[in-house]
Amino acid sequence: MEQNHLEHTEHFDPVASKLGMWLFIFTEILLFGGLFIVYSVYRFKHPVEFHLAAEELNVTIGLINTIILLVSSMTVAMSITALQLGNKKLTLLLLATTGLLALVFLVNKYFEWGAKIHHDIYPGSEFLMSLSKGDMLFFGLYFFMTGLHALHIIAGMALLGVAFVKIKSGSVNQNRISLLENGGLYWHLVDLIWIFLFPLFYLIH
Amino acid sequence: MSEHKNHISSYKSQIVVLLSLIVLTVLTVTITSVHLGPFNTAAAMLIASVKATIVLLYFMHLKFDEKIYRFMVTLVLAIYAVVIIITFFDYLYR
Repeated sequence: MEQNHLEHTEHFDPVASKLGMWLFIFTEILLFGGLFIVYSVYRFKHPVEFHLAAEELNVTIGLINTIILLVSSMTVAMSITALQLGNKKLTLLLLATTGLLALVFLVNKYFEWGAKIHHDIYPGSEFLMSLSKGDMLFFGLYFFMTGLHALHIIAGMALLGVAFVKIKSGSVNQNRISLLENGGLYWHLVDLIWIFLFPLFYLIH
Repeated sequence: MSEHKNHISSYKSQIVVLLSLIVLTVLTVTITSVHLGPFNTAAAMLIASVKATIVLLYFMHLKFDEKIYRFMVTLVLAIYAVVIIITFFDYLYR
């Protein structure tokens, strides 16, 4: 029984595990990639409306959220280093920091969306329906793409939360870091998508 | 766990990566606040691509991991670039 168990853990393959995570990330790139193409085509067809609609977005909140995500990406990368060095306490602390930053990002998003909805700008609102097609497309894409991105933030928080619990219990440790590494890869993907969302929606001048 | 197989990024290098990403972000905001017409978007996308490359290479460890990952990511991004180019040829010349 004991031997069987040992043999089972020997099958653990970190290279293949990461390969699987990358394959999943490619499907995510395809998902957002398609949306970015939709955005580009509609912006190409309605350049003036996209330009004017983008002025409605708050660059400061966008910039703050960008920096929050960049910092959280670093704390995840650092937590992997800490685990590799065997510093469990620091790993958990850095992961908790990442979770906290993710939460701050979502709270900012809540206020940002809240202000838009307060001004009667949301998909299907009477005010938005009275605007031109380009405005409708811009805000439709804005809500859909940043919304989908926010869902990915929540999924990333859940994944890193599982990693946190497993590191605490010891099943993810210095010699088996794959779950944290793959969770980190997912988190960086979320950051990567935001790197393109931010200039495309907030910085059209 | 041999040393050459598992590269451990130092905390310091990660701070340097973060600072360079923040500098590039601020640079994007500054550049797009100046009116350069279509060059604004081009510059913003160029800087975003540089930032994405930094994240992929350092935070996502492509620089240090097995070459197979780097090969796959490059291939996927190349295919995506082809799709973008074909789409725009279609819209520009239809």
